[in-house]
Amino acid sequence: MVLLKDNLLLKVFRFYYEGFRDMTVGKSLWLIILIKLFIMFAILKIFFFPDFLKSKYSTDKQRGDYVMEQLTKPKP
Amino acid sequence: MENFDYTLIDWSRAQFALTAIYHWFFVPLTLGLAFIVAIMETIYLRTGKEEWKRITKFWMTLFGINFAIGVATGIILEFEFGTNWSNYSWFVGDIFGAPLAIEGIMAFFLESTFIAVMFFGWNKVSKQFHLLASWLTAIGASLSALWILVANAWMQNPVGMRFNPDTARNEMENFWAVLFSPVAVNKFLHTVSSSYVVAAIFVIGVSSWYLLKKRDVLFAKRSIIVASVFGLVMAIFMIFTGDGSARTMAKYQPMKFAAMENLQTGRKNAPLVAVGILKTRENDEHKREDFMFKFEIPDMLSYLAFLDPNAFVPGITDLIHGNEAQGIIPYKNKMEKGKVAIDALREYTLAKKANNEAKADSALTVFRANYEGINAQGEKERYFGYGYISSENQLIPPVQLTFYSFRLMVGLGFVFIILFILMLVSVIKNKLENRRWLQYLGLWTIPLAYLATQAGWIVAEVGRQPWVIQDLMPTMAAVSHLESSSVMITFMLFAILFTALLIAEIKILSRQIKIGPKEGGR
Repeated sequence: MVLLKDNLLLKVFRFYYEGFRDMTVGKSLWLIILIKLFIMFAILKIFFFPDFLKSKYSTDKQRGDYVMEQLTKPKP
Repeated sequence: MENFDYTLIDWSRAQFALTAIYHWFFVPLTLGLAFIVAIMETIYLRTGKEEWKRITKFWMTLFGINFAIGVATGIILEFEFGTNWSNYSWFVGDIFGAPLAIEGIMAFFLESTFIAVMFFGWNKVSKQFHLLASWLTAIGASLSALWILVANAWMQNPVGMRFNPDTARNEMENFWAVLFSPVAVNKFLHTVSSSYVVAAIFVIGVSSWYLLKKRDVLFAKRSIIVASVFGLVMAIFMIFTGDGSARTMAKYQPMKFAAMENLQTGRKNAPLVAVGILKTRENDEHKREDFMFKFEIPDMLSYLAFLDPNAFVPGITDLIHGNEAQGIIPYKNKMEKGKVAIDALREYTLAKKANNEAKADSALTVFRANYEGINAQGEKERYFGYGYISSENQLIPPVQLTFYSFRLMVGLGFVFIILFILMLVSVIKNKLENRRWLQYLGLWTIPLAYLATQAGWIVAEVGRQPWVIQDLMPTMAAVSHLESSSVMITFMLFAILFTALLIAEIKILSRQIKIGPKEGGR
């Protein structure tokens, strides 16, 4: 059973490994994907797109109170 | 309300529009090309002809390029929800979260798993399993779109939820009402069918380029046959789904419908303006549009909206000032009710904080009575969002943009149907190779297909302004209190990033198209 499982996992690993190894157009695409994900998650998300409510308040109660205040703020 | 920062609101809207427009350059081709590839592979399996395998693999490569460059571009929209639209994100609560979470899980398991089999599995898994993977990739991609479109449809017609005044969030009461709302069903069917049409035109356009270059002729003609049949069926289906979308719009978003038709004064036996040119009326408090020229189809608008040529279709003026005979209450009344609801909600919150239960109960009763009501037609209508509006003019969407975008979308839709028929007939009669004008038409229709699909989104999103959630939350109340300069900076960053991605996409696609189908293909 263990051998069969190992064998299956090995097959899946080889399937992906050989697939990635034999790629032609895919290699430059993967480069684009990795650069894009790096820009999106390591730069944009961290430095430019923090979650507004999570970065200001630590509990859902505080977040709810803040939004409620914003939504019901009287006209000046 | 006067205390809104309109520079911030405009930049936040511009940023969301920019990212959504760029995201939508990638999505339709992914959705449609996946099905076209699956159909081609099915033909390969049924006929056993190697030429069909080559055709399948070529279009699969283009599908892969588009998928890889477009993947995760939609995540930026989710970043924006959390940063720029925090009031909105909190207010919609789990209504928006649930479909997006399902979309994320489905996209990961269905698309990611089976796409690997599609690209790596040739000669490694059985032909039948490979074909199954191709079909599941196509179905998975469209199902991913389903959940996003359900979330969008909920904003156009918020159903299946209840507002919780203690948390300032909407809570899902009926998942099935959200999933199967008429707006959601029509939006999904219309959007995916239009995406399939975009992909069919892309295949026809690229194939036409091969014919113009007099290379890979058999490959090009076979690709055109598949794309024309698929595109024609989907374009005809699109007419019905578009018809359904217009009917739900007339019912749930009558102002958007009136703006789309520039119907200033409502009437029975309303005609449909097939073609028209607008001119803004001078010195008019509502900045109304007049027709400089129009060609109308009698009774057609009443029929399209309510399946009855004698039906009354409300115009912009009826909706602003009300129409007692038709049971339409004026916007001013809705605005008053909305303001009472907002004030009562504030009273309720303060009373709760002060542990004054009696005052809280009384404020809650007032809030519930003014949050929503039942109209003359027996339908639920909501007033809460109108409390943020300071002038009725704010409730009129940009009429010219909505009017022209709709006509552009519909007009091009009919051009596409004609193109599919001409292509199909020419290939069957073996005359396509001699019709260079048709080959040029096929090639230059590619940008028109993208223009049409973007115009459709402009109708849907610009036409529903000022609402981010119909009748509940206007765009101005949804934004986070950020510095408008920081939104401007991220707008520029996105413009650069997405433009770079689009250039990369076009360059890689063009290079692959120039290489052409491998392993032969005449």
